[in-house]
Amino acid sequence: MTLASHFSYWTTILLLMVGLFIVIARDNLIKKLIGLGIFQTAVYLLYIAPGKLIGGVAPIVGSGFAVYSNPLPHVLILTAIVVGVATLALGLALVVRIKEAYGSIDEDEILAIDAQDDASPTPDHEGG
Amino acid sequence: MTEDIQLISLLLTPLVGMLLVSLTGRWPNLRESMTLLVAVLLFSESLQLASDVLGGARPGLTLIHMLPGLTLRLAVEPLGAVFSVISSGLWIISTLYSIGYMRGNNEKKQTRFYVCFAGAIFAAQGIALAGNMLTLFLFYEAMTLITYPLVTHHGTDHARNSARTYLGVLLGTSIAFLLSGLLATWVIAGTLDFRHGGILAGHLGAAGTALLLVLYMFGIGKAALMPFHRWLPAAMVAPTPVSALLHAVAVVKAGVFTIVKVIVYIFGAENLIALGSANWVPVIAGFTIISASIVALRADNLKRRLAYSTVSQLSYVTLAATLLAPISIVGAVLHIAAHALGKITLFFAAGSIYTAAHKTEVSQLDGIGRRMPWTMTAFAIGALSMIGLPPAAGFVSKWYVLSAAMSLEHWWAVGVLVLSTLLNAGYFLPIVWRAFFREPPAEADDHHHAPHGEAPRIMVFAQTATAALTVGMFFYHEPVLRLARAVAGGF
Amino acid sequence: MLTQHFPALLVVVPLIAAPLIVLVRRSLPSWIIALLATAATFGIALSLLDRTLAEGTLSYAMGSWAPPLGIEYRIDAAGAFVAVIVAAMGLIVMPYSRVGIAAEVRNEEHYLYYALMMLCLAGLLGILVTGDAFNVFVFLEVSSLATYVLIAMGRDRRALMAAYQYLLMGTIGATLYVVGVGLLYLETGTLNLADMATRLPMASDSRAVLAALAFITVGISLKIALFPLHLWLPNAYAYAPSPVSAFLAATATKVSIYVLMRYFFSIFGESAVFDARATGAILLGLSLAAMFIPAIVAIFQHDMKRLLAYSSVSQIGYITLGISMDSVDGLMASAMHLFNHALTKGGLFLVLGGVVLRCRGASFDRLAGLGQTMPVAAFAMVVGGLSLIGVPGTAGFISKWYLVSAAIHLGQWWLVGAVLASSLLAVIYVWRFVEVAYFRAPPADHPPPGEAPLSMFVPALLMIGGCVYFGLDATWSSEVATRVAEVLMNSRSGGQ
Repeated sequence: MTLASHFSYWTTILLLMVGLFIVIARDNLIKKLIGLGIFQTAVYLLYIAPGKLIGGVAPIVGSGFAVYSNPLPHVLILTAIVVGVATLALGLALVVRIKEAYGSIDEDEILAIDAQDDASPTPDHEGG
Repeated sequence: MTEDIQLISLLLTPLVGMLLVSLTGRWPNLRESMTLLVAVLLFSESLQLASDVLGGARPGLTLIHMLPGLTLRLAVEPLGAVFSVISSGLWIISTLYSIGYMRGNNEKKQTRFYVCFAGAIFAAQGIALAGNMLTLFLFYEAMTLITYPLVTHHGTDHARNSARTYLGVLLGTSIAFLLSGLLATWVIAGTLDFRHGGILAGHLGAAGTALLLVLYMFGIGKAALMPFHRWLPAAMVAPTPVSALLHAVAVVKAGVFTIVKVIVYIFGAENLIALGSANWVPVIAGFTIISASIVALRADNLKRRLAYSTVSQLSYVTLAATLLAPISIVGAVLHIAAHALGKITLFFAAGSIYTAAHKTEVSQLDGIGRRMPWTMTAFAIGALSMIGLPPAAGFVSKWYVLSAAMSLEHWWAVGVLVLSTLLNAGYFLPIVWRAFFREPPAEADDHHHAPHGEAPRIMVFAQTATAALTVGMFFYHEPVLRLARAVAGGF
Repeated sequence: MLTQHFPALLVVVPLIAAPLIVLVRRSLPSWIIALLATAATFGIALSLLDRTLAEGTLSYAMGSWAPPLGIEYRIDAAGAFVAVIVAAMGLIVMPYSRVGIAAEVRNEEHYLYYALMMLCLAGLLGILVTGDAFNVFVFLEVSSLATYVLIAMGRDRRALMAAYQYLLMGTIGATLYVVGVGLLYLETGTLNLADMATRLPMASDSRAVLAALAFITVGISLKIALFPLHLWLPNAYAYAPSPVSAFLAATATKVSIYVLMRYFFSIFGESAVFDARATGAILLGLSLAAMFIPAIVAIFQHDMKRLLAYSSVSQIGYITLGISMDSVDGLMASAMHLFNHALTKGGLFLVLGGVVLRCRGASFDRLAGLGQTMPVAAFAMVVGGLSLIGVPGTAGFISKWYLVSAAIHLGQWWLVGAVLASSLLAVIYVWRFVEVAYFRAPPADHPPPGEAPLSMFVPALLMIGGCVYFGLDATWSSEVATRVAEVLMNSRSGGQ
């Protein structure tokens, strides 16, 4: 139970925190998405790392091998990566649209523009 | 089977009325004939029902199984029959009166007015016939909501703000207190049916019963027990026929009706006597009677004075019901009827004065009795009934309440009744005196108005009829008395 | 036999409809496909509910791979109940969408709208039917990704930001959920939910399980929009196209609530969640906060859609309050309110959609005088509002009735007061609309009096009518809800 033996968990936690911090603290919408990507990547690590056993081999039954690695987490994470890619793609597409509609990708600026709109309401159809 | 049809038709008739009135809204004469027709039909059905109930019938009918173990149910008992007859009978007269008033004052949105009026009667019938507390609660809330458009009839800011008070107090008390009391009863007693002797008897100790009684007494905001009486004066913003409806026919009567019903059938009078949990209610009621009378004494606006008079009169019923003697419960039931007749007369008179003379304040009424002798005579009779003097119906009910208080030796209650009688006289008799014996002000109608006479004939007719009924009930109240005795346990 | 494949078909039908629609591309045929698919889905959901009520849990081995190794689809009365709500809402929204989106979505994008609705439906139903923890995540993301795009289709540009914010929050929520599932997998070595439930008691004291509980609760609460994790919801509901608002309000949060109930009562077991830890107290506190704070915020809104959105957050508090009571009565009240609130809020958003179409906006300035210009719609809104308050005769009353009874049964009298006090806040925000609709003059440029197009009007009125019907005759809904609560409570002790 040393720090080193839980190395992968510490890395996971660190990446989770880093990702979450970026999502919360950055105003740039692209950077937020990058933070989200890091956040998700941390989870991939959480799954994959325990799947590998030291000395374990691919789970093909054969004579002479007694220790196998668990392939299931890897498969799961393949799915999760696909989901993550889709999310990221969608997020980036939204940012492109936001840039077209507002002329900015800075959250504070956009919120300021929205606040202005609220103050002087004019029907706005640019967004869609 | 015929009983089922009889009960259903009592609910359906006003509903059909709503439909007919809204369909014929474009032709005022047709529309108002429809209202009248439906009202007369309802009254005859209701009379039939009451005579059946006098003959010992107790029809009942389950409408819907709302929840497992809990139904929407109609069941008639004597008290409900009384309320049903009062509300449907006065509907006819107030429709006649409304026709005169709404036309005389060129009110807008008259169709909506008649539709909602019929809706309020529908809710009143539902309350009267409710076979369990849930059904009663359903119609109780329906009445609050359907009278909201009536209270806001003028659509002004003032009307809107007053209606906020109206709705806020009535919905607020019913959701916060009445509903929790209802649910508590359901959980504790396992039923919400109305049963003689009370469904809570034997289920709950003295403290719990007292607590539950608090929820019920203040939850029934329509009974206007202080401090939840503010909605009544606020609702005065509505046109006078609405005030008459609220004060005499439907809303407040629904309140005190529910109180009597709860005392007799949910808690059970004997149960409450045994536990002693209800001793605080007459005190609050007495306080309400006196303080509302004092406010009325100081009010110059005629309708406001009448409103506080209603607050005080309602607490007579509450006081009488919670004295818990059979004879006082008889008094309570009688007073529901007597006050309905007297107060509707007073409001009709106030509306007639407004329609003919455009006067709203007591201080403007000098000498008006000479121009409007019919109106002011009706007013005087209504006032006598409020004070409780013969030959008006109020005397009969007050007699029963007073003798109950004396036989129970609740001397403070006797004191409250005597004092309030004096106060009633103090705020009603000056109006009558002013109207008949003071000189009319000279400059009142020199250039603006042509000298006014009586109100439209149809209004005069309506108020004369209610005044006559007020006197009539003094001499002949046998059926009501028999029904009331049946409520109190047939002593 | 086709019926034995129903658990899979529930998801497969809309899932296949989506690419079909993309291939067809034209607006009308894609609408027809979507309509048929939702109708079929609804039929399947109904038959599943019928069967689960009669026979208990149905298990379906996906691709004939036997569980727990293969992915199992597993549906019981609780899942089927929510599935019926979701599918019914889909079926109501589809006819409505034809005209409903015409004003808000460009013509050449209509097929995308229908395809995404199908994906969203498939995702939501998948969550309900699957018996695999990781599969829940996948379906959650399928529905969420579709939802983000649907919200972004709103014609106001703020819809884009709303979608973006929801994307961030939703992804964080889903990722936290995956973390929780990962920890559970590490602890039990299985992803099959039923299997996991039997293995967890051996490890219930471990810190990893506690962490998993925390991660899953927080992650799903984000999707539920449980106060204070609700920040994405008001904008998303306010700027999405009207049919989307209605569909989401009635389904998305409800499905997430189902997931939470499942994990609490079926997987971790109520003793581990409630007796051993303070989960109940925390959930109770958050529910109470949800019942009051967003309701107060709703009072100060100037836009009806936002008002209803905040009201949703507040009503979700009622549902979680029932969960936090940790009793069959409480769960039953939750299930009841899940249904009734879906009905009420879905109906309100549908009516509002028609109104927005004619009034060109949902701000109170645009809605002024609605009582004159659209009398039936205004009245329907009032009826829906009464259901939010919980006036007797409406569906909302029934939920409140059971919620308060559950509190009384537990002897928590102060909760009775809290529930009823919060309904009084609902009176205030509903009456803000009433006063706007009936006491203010219509804006100068308001269209002439008239109602929404029939295809929008009828579904909306059906929902509001349902509100009244299920308020007067709640025997069916309450019996089903009771079964749902019993199934959830007993699913662990009762084993497979």
